[in-house]
Amino acid sequence: MSLMSTGALVPLLLTLKVASWATVLALALGVSAGYLLARTRFPGRETVDAVLTLPMVLPPTVLGYYLLVLVGRNGVIGHWLDETFGFTLVFTWQGAVIAAAIVAFPLVFKAARAAFESVDGNLEKAARSLGYGELKVFLRVTLPLAWPGILAGTMLAFARAMGEFGATLMVAGSLPGRTQTLSIAIYEAVAAGEDDIANFLVLVSSVICVLVLVASSKMLRTGYMRLRAA
Amino acid sequence: MVRVVLLSLLLLAATAARADELLVSAAASLTNAFRDVGKLFEANNSGHKVVLNFASSDVLLAQIAKGAPVDVFATADEETMDRAEKQDLLAPGTRRILLRNTLALIVPAGGSTQLTSLNGLDAPAVRRIAIGNPASVPAGRYARDALEKAGLWSKLEPKFIPAQNVRQALDYVARGEVDAGIVYATDAAIMSGKVRVAIEIPTTRPIVYPVAIVKDARNRALAESFVKMLGSDQAHAVFKRYGFSQP
Repeated sequence: MSLMSTGALVPLLLTLKVASWATVLALALGVSAGYLLARTRFPGRETVDAVLTLPMVLPPTVLGYYLLVLVGRNGVIGHWLDETFGFTLVFTWQGAVIAAAIVAFPLVFKAARAAFESVDGNLEKAARSLGYGELKVFLRVTLPLAWPGILAGTMLAFARAMGEFGATLMVAGSLPGRTQTLSIAIYEAVAAGEDDIANFLVLVSSVICVLVLVASSKMLRTGYMRLRAA
Repeated sequence: MVRVVLLSLLLLAATAARADELLVSAAASLTNAFRDVGKLFEANNSGHKVVLNFASSDVLLAQIAKGAPVDVFATADEETMDRAEKQDLLAPGTRRILLRNTLALIVPAGGSTQLTSLNGLDAPAVRRIAIGNPASVPAGRYARDALEKAGLWSKLEPKFIPAQNVRQALDYVARGEVDAGIVYATDAAIMSGKVRVAIEIPTTRPIVYPVAIVKDARNRALAESFVKMLGSDQAHAVFKRYGFSQP
């Protein structure tokens, strides 16, 4: 058996594409939200934190349903997209990206908030006293110090995005070659009683997840070592 | 804490499988009708409980093949039941045909899509068509065979949105996420407010629902009386109400 003969290559590449885009989105939004909540004080801050963490604890089907209602052709956002651009997120790989990004977002957000909170404020003060502006302080001091923590969250987010099933299936469906990711292809293979294909896809998924975890722990260690050396 | 643990154990014990419980795996299109006949059976056999498990016929077969403790099995086509028989999963001599159904082309009720024939699906206005995934859903196989016979299958292939079971295809049409869908007439009738039947689709073979007792049924006697009840006038009144016909 090979990647080609079982048709595993197409869902594999699609999964990597969807998970990568979802991780990029989750990273950008998660770091912004994490920084905001770590560095600003406002009433209801912890409530905002709870709401932003919700996608991690809500059943994926609940998220999928919310998304379907919002971005579906008759949904508030979906109707607007359809009328303005003639584009629908439902049953497209972009829809799968949105679903995976939302599910993966809290992992980056939580890690980023904790990482920013653990940055020593004195180092930032020192940088300011030496003439750095706020943006420079963030880019040259705060972000590098927080980076290992953010990276750990990002790797987990990528792994979570790769395995997304429930919300993705509800929003993007299971279109072979278009929205059928690895986890959905496995479900379909089992449903159709094609155990050979299921076995192979399960193996591929497991190997990739192990690779992601090993890579992330390696990256983390070098990240921390560089920090200590600095 | 101790009290919580004890309470959870009690709840677990209360919900664990009971000897007087019958597990029925039935095709998704039978959902509403089997819920009703299940209640009917419970009313006629006090103390017994019917637990219903709905999914596409192929998914149900895969579950039984993997050892799911199912007593009665009802599929939406002969092909799936044949496969169950070939895998030696059925109690010999218990298989029979329970119901008949028809296939329908449906569109969202509020939509502007006008379809008067299968050929209309080829029009550019029809962007997406929901069908059951032919690899695991009987309704999808009936649809595929009908469209193949009409010479439309490969032409329409880019438009297909494959669903996990026929009810999901129905839901896609009801929500207006697709422009058309192929489901059973009985499914369309359930959502008559949200979907409209454009045409009835002639199928290449009759749509029949076989039922059988599973070989490893835990409660053979109860399974037999349930299957017998499915053939009663009372049950057929229920099936007729949902639009199924007798074989």
